[in-house]
Amino acid sequence: MSGFQYEAPATVDAAVGLLAAARGNAKVLAGGTDLLVQVRTGAAQPDLVVDIKRIGELRQISGAAASGFVIGAAVTGAEIGEHKELAKAWPGLVEGMELIGSTQIQGRATPGGNLCNASPAGDCTPGLVAAGAIAVIAGPNGRREVPVEQVPVSPGKTSLAKGEFVVAFKLPPRGKLSGDAYLRMIPRTEMDIAIVGAAVNLTLDASGTCTAARVSLGAVAPTVLLADAAAKALIGTKMDDAALAALAAAASAAAKPIADKRGTIEYRTKVAGVLARRAAVIARDRARSNA
Amino acid sequence: MSKFHISTTVNGEAVEYLCDPKQTLLDVLRDELNLTGSKEGCSSGDCGACSVMLDGRLVCSCLVLGVEMQGRSVETIENMASDEKLHPLQQKFLEAAALQCGFCTPGFLVAAKALLEKNPNPTESEARYWLAGNLCRCTGYDKIIRAVLETAADMRGSK
Amino acid sequence: MAGYEDKSFKWIGTRPVRPDGVDKVTGRANYGADMKLPGQLTGRILRSPHAHAKILSIDTSKAEKLPGVKAVITGKDFPVMHNGVLPGDEGVNFHYLSCNIMARNKALYDGHAVAAVAATSAAIAEEALALIDVKYEVLPHVIDVDLSMQPGAPLLHDDIFTTGVTPKPEKPSNTVQRVQMQLGDPDAAFKDADVIVERSFKTKAVHQGYIEPHAVVAEWSEDGQCRIWCSSQGHFMVRTLTARLLKMEAAQIRVMPAEIGGGFGGKTIIFIEPTAVLLARKAERPVRIVMSRDEVFRGSGPAPGTSIDVKIGAKKDGTLVAATGEFRYQAGAFPGSPVGAACMAAFGPYALTHVRAVGYEAVTNRPLCYSYRAPGAPLSSFAVESVIDEIAQKLSMDPMEIRIKNGSKEGTQMVYGPKLKAVGNLECLKVIQNHPINKIPLGPNQGRGLAAGFWFNMGGQSSAVVNIAEDGTATIMTGSPDIGGSRASMALMAAEVLGIDYTKVRPIVGDTSAVGFCEITHGSRVTFATGMAIIQAAEDVVLQCRQRVAKMWEVDVDAVKWEDGHARPAGANAGDQKPLSLAQIAAKASRTGGPLVGSAAINAGGAGPAFGVHICDVEVDPETGHVTVLRYVAAQDAGKAIHPSYVEGQIQGGVAQGVGWALNEEYIYGADGRLQNSGFLDYRIPVASDLPMIDTLILEVLNPGHPFGVRGVGEVPIVPPLGAIANAVARATGVRMVDLPLTPPKILAAIDAKK
Repeated sequence: MSGFQYEAPATVDAAVGLLAAARGNAKVLAGGTDLLVQVRTGAAQPDLVVDIKRIGELRQISGAAASGFVIGAAVTGAEIGEHKELAKAWPGLVEGMELIGSTQIQGRATPGGNLCNASPAGDCTPGLVAAGAIAVIAGPNGRREVPVEQVPVSPGKTSLAKGEFVVAFKLPPRGKLSGDAYLRMIPRTEMDIAIVGAAVNLTLDASGTCTAARVSLGAVAPTVLLADAAAKALIGTKMDDAALAALAAAASAAAKPIADKRGTIEYRTKVAGVLARRAAVIARDRARSNA
Repeated sequence: MSKFHISTTVNGEAVEYLCDPKQTLLDVLRDELNLTGSKEGCSSGDCGACSVMLDGRLVCSCLVLGVEMQGRSVETIENMASDEKLHPLQQKFLEAAALQCGFCTPGFLVAAKALLEKNPNPTESEARYWLAGNLCRCTGYDKIIRAVLETAADMRGSK
Repeated sequence: MAGYEDKSFKWIGTRPVRPDGVDKVTGRANYGADMKLPGQLTGRILRSPHAHAKILSIDTSKAEKLPGVKAVITGKDFPVMHNGVLPGDEGVNFHYLSCNIMARNKALYDGHAVAAVAATSAAIAEEALALIDVKYEVLPHVIDVDLSMQPGAPLLHDDIFTTGVTPKPEKPSNTVQRVQMQLGDPDAAFKDADVIVERSFKTKAVHQGYIEPHAVVAEWSEDGQCRIWCSSQGHFMVRTLTARLLKMEAAQIRVMPAEIGGGFGGKTIIFIEPTAVLLARKAERPVRIVMSRDEVFRGSGPAPGTSIDVKIGAKKDGTLVAATGEFRYQAGAFPGSPVGAACMAAFGPYALTHVRAVGYEAVTNRPLCYSYRAPGAPLSSFAVESVIDEIAQKLSMDPMEIRIKNGSKEGTQMVYGPKLKAVGNLECLKVIQNHPINKIPLGPNQGRGLAAGFWFNMGGQSSAVVNIAEDGTATIMTGSPDIGGSRASMALMAAEVLGIDYTKVRPIVGDTSAVGFCEITHGSRVTFATGMAIIQAAEDVVLQCRQRVAKMWEVDVDAVKWEDGHARPAGANAGDQKPLSLAQIAAKASRTGGPLVGSAAINAGGAGPAFGVHICDVEVDPETGHVTVLRYVAAQDAGKAIHPSYVEGQIQGGVAQGVGWALNEEYIYGADGRLQNSGFLDYRIPVASDLPMIDTLILEVLNPGHPFGVRGVGEVPIVPPLGAIANAVARATGVRMVDLPLTPPKILAAIDAKK
């Protein structure tokens, strides 16, 4: 059967009810920039599509840098890019989201969709992971919160149970001397799926020593990676060349990529280190200018 | 599977149509509403030939479902000229020979109009990155970008 | 034919707005998929998922029973064709063509059409395809050309015996032909070389990448007449081939040319038109078939991958003494790879006394390899330009100087025989040599690359009609689809000859029942050959006007001249007559002999070969292998630029395609022979942010074979970019790159290997 049922509920509870009661294969529709392509090729064959864009709270950004932003899961990339305070506090997270596809894709794509599509190469997810974002999940048993990196479990699969979907992302409070950055390697200048992605989020103290760091790598493992050893290579250092070299080596070591039509194992492993280092430099410079 | 009855706004006019859930907005525009100016180049959001403005946002209509349009509004290439006059971008594209086969042109015009409405003074790089989602195989983009930048200058100058 | 070489022109060389432009910027223009007929059905094609397989059986019974399905066809619905090329077939093997359009006993590539349905909606058509039961016996497949040529390779056809080799082979193979072109004795002449460079190159298959997928609407009526709307690079070709394949008469088929959204050679042959006609006949309703993007990549006619060896020898002072090249080109599942053209063009920019070009083509389990803009030449040129560049490096010689020193010019003999008439190779080299880009200093990891390219261009058959209305305005009609702005050029040429304003000339592309035969829009021939037909048709009108005025003035026709859109007395003995405008003559047409119609039908010879020289700067990220094209300048000899903006456009478009071919475009196959990147996401054509402005320099060394001096311009631009980019990358990285495309992983691996 080629068709599907389509519902556009107005509340989270109604959406949960539809998803929980679905007899066949149910999919959440946010921007549709992944789902509709998959439906077209037959890779996805839903019986029910639940459009969450009419649910008000999913379409808002609330909070502030100091108290912590809350980003609705169905806010578009274009809207995220236009949010000045968010872009000022979390430029790396925003630039990751903004790199997804074209201007047209930005008009529709969402961070919730990018995360839950669970492509290893999603451009928004590493920045969310590096930021320490929490995914707020609604389901039949109410709401629960998990670190973002626990949502994708393998390519195309999430840890969400039947009836559950992501409604928002909570960012931690943003203090001074903090900065984040996201870089990706693509063959062209736009439009490509990342061959490697690297996000670095860090905080410095007044002496310029890195006191906290999170490094997240994309497209070099079945899911987005949180590279603890890479972060540890930065913490306690003044982020000099030696520390950056150690970071790069740790990032390459953490990478467990496959070879596919977009890149070789060797290439991805090497470039993971290169991009992690470059992203760390940008994050460091942003942190220094954010005193 | 019964069809959905959708009431929406197309190019400023109230419009109703029936569609299957699986039909995209592009399918609806072309096959139900006979607005064939938006083109199908890839159906995967990679070429921009189907670009339209949805509630004021530049999107690929091949990645929007027809059923999502209830109560929304869409503007297509067919709405760009008005009062028997071409939009400055349309006129400039003609004068600057910024089209060869013309297939990508409606998408580029819709996207370029969106650019200039958001940023009336784009740099060459900003224009190129904004338009990176519109593929052209004939022109190498040179004359298209020049036309967009020149139109931007003209429109700023005539204010 | 009047000679216009020394005239200054009123319209030729200007840049007016094209006559079909407003429809294109408003969305009104109708392309292949925009046509809708009442009662139209949607046609869909079932395609093989196997690269090579016997088709044991096809059971369409369940599909035929599905409500809404009005017709189902397979290969057995197609008439049987003779397997061979007969005189008058213009080189086409109709059996192969038919089998490519719909498989018979074998599926020969992933995407090969095996059945088709027509139904009342796309959804039902898709469902019907899923109900067709095809039983395959999967066979081993082969895709790489070198592997295909090896003994023991999976055999695609049992009736291909390599031509051009002695002794004639007794066993069939995948190698279709060997061709050889030679001047002098290069093997002996290599002994005179002080330096020899010998290199092997490999390139991957690419697609023309037109944004408009193939589309057709076919309508059949009970008296056996058929109407076809489609976009193509030649609606007469569509008529001819459809008629032959379906055993219909040409005049029974009327093909209406839709606007075309790009072709670049890929739409000079048919893939879906006969299928649509057969479905329409069976369903007794019009049928529309539009290829999806996936089908375009898997089921149309992309360009071949290659394996090339080039050897060139030079003296210390840079004089080239000998050159050889062996060009092994993939064909697709059926013969037809452009290896002959590749041999003709490879060494074109160089005056060589001792040169040999050998070409092989071998069938592989891929879609039919077809034309892509200067077919064959970009790759053979890439190899030659890379070796020339390496020789220049070895001699510590300026790559420009070595090309000027050995550059082809008037009198140079080409490897395929003829001697060049006036051409612009040296002129292009000089203008690039003097371009300011050469003064821009290069930074770290940056390199500058130079390459020259050649294409011989074509003439061929064209027809044209010029109709003058009673008010003196003109409608001109040809049968050449307009793929790049040629209607503007036709109008300019007609306006120039008639002497009237460009805006008073309205050009159209007539359908196959309306205008005389026109060969396909290929070979950079339309402005040259169809333009020549327009010129002659306009001159025909001018002659008729002079004859009618001669009668009015009661003088000999030689006493009436045509100047500036008016008939005037040619001399004192013609009397003191007031000049008569075209409008005034047209107003009297019914009383002076009838409607003013000029026509011409020609087989144009005298096409002028053309040269291009490109130079570009790139930067290579040494840690990621990513290439940025910083600057690009292209010079080309256009003979005479009728509409300079569209000549520039052809150059810029060809450059962009060549850059994509060099850096990122390739067909990626899995171990199962299935195409892995059949979409624009992973088949990476350049996007706007990938390219800089492309500086174009048009030179005009007049082609003596055309009244205005026109040379074809459409194909030359794609020939130099592969060499220019590869040479620039080589200079930036210090590593010679021989394996296209130059993707970042390959470049980084090469840089790291060098360390």
